[in-house]
Amino acid sequence: MVDMSQTVALLAPEIVLFVASMLVAVLGLSRSTGVRSLVPWVCVVALIGSILALDAVWTPERIQGARLLFPMLGKYGKTIVALIGIGLVAVSAGSIDRRYEEAVARGRASFDALRVVRGEYYAFLLLSLTGAMLVMSAPDLIWLFLGLELVSLPTYIMVAVARTGRRSMEAAMKYFFLGALATGITLYGFAMLYGATGTMQLIPMRDVLVAQAAVGGLSTTAIVGTILTVLGLCFKLAAVPMHFYAPDVYEGAPLPVTAFLSFTPKIAGFSALITVLGIVGWSGHAMVDHDGVRIAYEGLPQPITAVLWMVAALTMFLGNIGGILQTSLKRTLAYSSIANSGYMLVGVIIGPKGGIGAMYLFMLGYGVMTVATFGVLAALERKGEEVDSFESLAGLRASHPWLAFLLTVSALSLIGVPPLFGALAKIVLVFVAFEGGQATLAGVLLLNTAIGAVYYLRFVGAAVVNPINAKSQEVVTVSHRWPKVAAVVAGLGLIVLPAFLSRLVDASATTVNGYIDYGETVASESKR
Amino acid sequence: MGDLDLAAGSELNMNLIWASILIPVATAAVIAVANARAARGLAAVGSLASLGALAAFAWQFPAWSTGGVSPEPGGCAWIASINATLGIGFDSVSLLLALLEALLIPICVIGSWSAITDRQREYYGWFMLLHASILLAFAARDVLLFYVGYEFTLVPLLFIIAIWGGPERRQAAHKLFLYTFLGSLFFLGSILFVGWQHHASTGLWSWDMGTLSSFASTRLPANTQYWLFAALLAGFAVKVPLFPVHTWLPLAHNQAPTAGSVILAGTLLKLGTYGIFRLALPMAPEGGAALAVFAAVLCTVAVIYAALICWVQTDAKKLVAYSSVSHLGICMLGLFALNPIGAQGSVLYMINHGLSTGALFLLIGMAYERYHVKDMDQIGGLAKRMPVWAFFMVFFTMSSIGLPGLNGFVGEYLCLFGTYIATGDASTKYPGLLGPGFALVAGTGLILGAMYMLLLVGRYVFGPLREPKADSHGKHGHDGSHGHDAHGADHGDHDGHGDLTGREVGLLVPLALVCLFIGIYPKPILQAIGPVVERTLAPYPAAVERALMSKPQATEAVQAQAKEDDRG
Repeated sequence: MVDMSQTVALLAPEIVLFVASMLVAVLGLSRSTGVRSLVPWVCVVALIGSILALDAVWTPERIQGARLLFPMLGKYGKTIVALIGIGLVAVSAGSIDRRYEEAVARGRASFDALRVVRGEYYAFLLLSLTGAMLVMSAPDLIWLFLGLELVSLPTYIMVAVARTGRRSMEAAMKYFFLGALATGITLYGFAMLYGATGTMQLIPMRDVLVAQAAVGGLSTTAIVGTILTVLGLCFKLAAVPMHFYAPDVYEGAPLPVTAFLSFTPKIAGFSALITVLGIVGWSGHAMVDHDGVRIAYEGLPQPITAVLWMVAALTMFLGNIGGILQTSLKRTLAYSSIANSGYMLVGVIIGPKGGIGAMYLFMLGYGVMTVATFGVLAALERKGEEVDSFESLAGLRASHPWLAFLLTVSALSLIGVPPLFGALAKIVLVFVAFEGGQATLAGVLLLNTAIGAVYYLRFVGAAVVNPINAKSQEVVTVSHRWPKVAAVVAGLGLIVLPAFLSRLVDASATTVNGYIDYGETVASESKR
Repeated sequence: MGDLDLAAGSELNMNLIWASILIPVATAAVIAVANARAARGLAAVGSLASLGALAAFAWQFPAWSTGGVSPEPGGCAWIASINATLGIGFDSVSLLLALLEALLIPICVIGSWSAITDRQREYYGWFMLLHASILLAFAARDVLLFYVGYEFTLVPLLFIIAIWGGPERRQAAHKLFLYTFLGSLFFLGSILFVGWQHHASTGLWSWDMGTLSSFASTRLPANTQYWLFAALLAGFAVKVPLFPVHTWLPLAHNQAPTAGSVILAGTLLKLGTYGIFRLALPMAPEGGAALAVFAAVLCTVAVIYAALICWVQTDAKKLVAYSSVSHLGICMLGLFALNPIGAQGSVLYMINHGLSTGALFLLIGMAYERYHVKDMDQIGGLAKRMPVWAFFMVFFTMSSIGLPGLNGFVGEYLCLFGTYIATGDASTKYPGLLGPGFALVAGTGLILGAMYMLLLVGRYVFGPLREPKADSHGKHGHDGSHGHDAHGADHGDHDGHGDLTGREVGLLVPLALVCLFIGIYPKPILQAIGPVVERTLAPYPAAVERALMSKPQATEAVQAQAKEDDRG
């Protein structure tokens, strides 16, 4: 019997964030500017609080009681969500409702509870992060599904929240409808998995599949269900074939929301993906004969590997080639986000033997690079609008040398120039791919790294090499300093983190601790 | 007691190497916050201090004659879970190349004093970082660390060319970055593959060059070695650069600021040849033996093809740039002779090429600073204006074309002689796959080399005096609106059309002295290179025997084909 109080205790980080989201929703409606300006601070405090709560409640007994497929995933994963979340709050701080708040401050507009968006924006931001955390400790499919929805629903609203232009509305509509479609596909996959196993609990599901495999292989329903789930989740990852929305939505959304979209749904999607794949397992259960002897075949079942392989390779190529063709900053970063999903999928294909750890290591690097890049862009404005062309960045070196430096560091890290953190995380990923016997995929990853260099170099070229032009002359930094702080911390992080690489590799490898792979279960049962 | 002394000495050595690498990094950090006017002085001090540290290390380097590595392999952990370390150490080959680098950098820095007038802090900062990463690459004994140094050189170079280069600088920098970045990914993939294979078969992680080389050369099957060598060759060939992938180099050289060209020709290209020597050859002898002829054909094609291009160049800087491609073809040919004579010559050639081509770029840059024209149709006969400059120009041209008595001759001769004797004669200690045919064809390249270089001297240095008119002068300065203030240069106190200043002569004299020394008395350097080369080539006689036995006809056919190619 699962002890309910223990499960609830394990949710302390999520509860902290949820309470904080209610609090900021109310605070944001205050008439007093001072109280309203507390809102981002409350978010940051809540995120730090959730990390502390996570540390306090994450004891072995409680994890045992929670019956999780990946019992240790939450420890690392939720910490990353909260840490990068702090960066994303800082990138957002002050820019979402800037125009309205400035108008109020100058007395040009009176306070209107219907127009002020600060409270709801941060409430939704925290709720979405809560969803990402929930996904990481899901014991069953219903929980997993609700967690995924909690990630997505607030983001639909966040895209639309800067009610400034048509593009924002268009992006929100596209995002919502395509998101609903993807959710439907995921849910269909879940239903088939339920049909194949007769249960919603992840661990019993795995046991049923073990039994199925022992008497002649997985049922087709289970395999098709898994594949449909994977395809549905591709929307969250912004991976082929569900990547179409990304460039339009990233471009239409306000810049801080774009930053949020390129990280939060991604880490939630990847966590859900490995949870679902964890039911099927990475150790070749289809090759178990009737005596329970396992024939050495590593990896997911063949059809699933084939689908993931195609998805990963196409995502990398489409992302990088698409990135070359862009002129808008945000569209370029959207394709960059697609390509990075492709890299991380390589880790998922390899599985618990290093692959998932490498994927989460890369996820950390990706999160830091996202905060650094978007922090720099959010710190700049031109005629009150956010900058969205390489031209506007030209000569940034002369006007804002530090921002240019940070943008260069994060672009070089995205390219994969050692010794920056992004490069080392990528090397670990390539290495793991070799180790897992996916040499071709490792080659594809390396080739794509080279293709990606073409468009990432544009950031460097614009910021450092090109002279100032008429357009970029008008670019100034925004009055609030939080995006700058976020960019500085994240950019320096890319330089400093390699020194702690050893520890980070170990930490990210803990995500699969306690996960009992399919084949191991078979082996232990056949011993009995 | 003796052990303790040794350990203490080794500790000191290690610290000296780290000092030579980290002093430039620290200098770059200081320059970033210092006054712009102080930048060039700081850079000069930093680079000289780095040279001093490395020279002190070289002075008491214990392995000059043994071919060993000092300090002993090993180092503090970097990525503990896969046992990657910060292992550094030199053997005599890498130390000589590092010394070349440390010698060239102060010359580049001081040579840029009058040429670089804007964004000085950034310029000297990037130069210091470039220096540190090249030294790190030469010093690294851990392949992952080597990769870090090797790859990071691209970033400073990208900025140096893209910001302070000629009119097409952006295109040149882009091409340079993308070509070499793609190449080095082949190299990265290969070393990760070898590291994984090592772990798979021994259960241990190691990234030490020596360990991985002996593992890969003895334990990997011939077919795997073939592909491993092919991938490493593909990776390093871009950097060398070998014939079909050389197109980035002339553009980069031509657009780079003078000091950028000097360091590019001087040591950056050597990272490619060094990579082949240090990693590709020892790791995959079976592959090396199987692909030696193929690579040698590419080298000979490069020698002749690039020499012919040089012949029709009117741009002095481009001519020297293409001559680099031709010269490095000979250098690589010596390496693929797979015998100690050729390889010794090849390593010596790496050093010689760095000295003489570096000096030529420096000289052309000095003339360019005065006239802002490199086209030999518009400018020539400068000996009448600048006799001292002309003296050095002739001196380094002679060094470059291999006049006996100067450094070029020794390396070139050994490369070609090594190729000549690299026949399939099993009675020799080191049977080879190339033979007289390759030596003769590549030898033609030398004759062409002498012709185009003398053409350069004949038109550019001697002959009737041709100077660009004053108005075209300003225009040219304007075309290359990249920080050279053309008019400022005209009115500068030393920049008129006068001869070399004391500072400039001071830059060239050390290079000339080293050239002269190597030309007259190459013995100590060859002795130092010898044991390392023999160690590297140790597995080759057996591998070459096997390659010879498997397809003797095919080899001859390829040789004949190569000859025909080159004649056609």
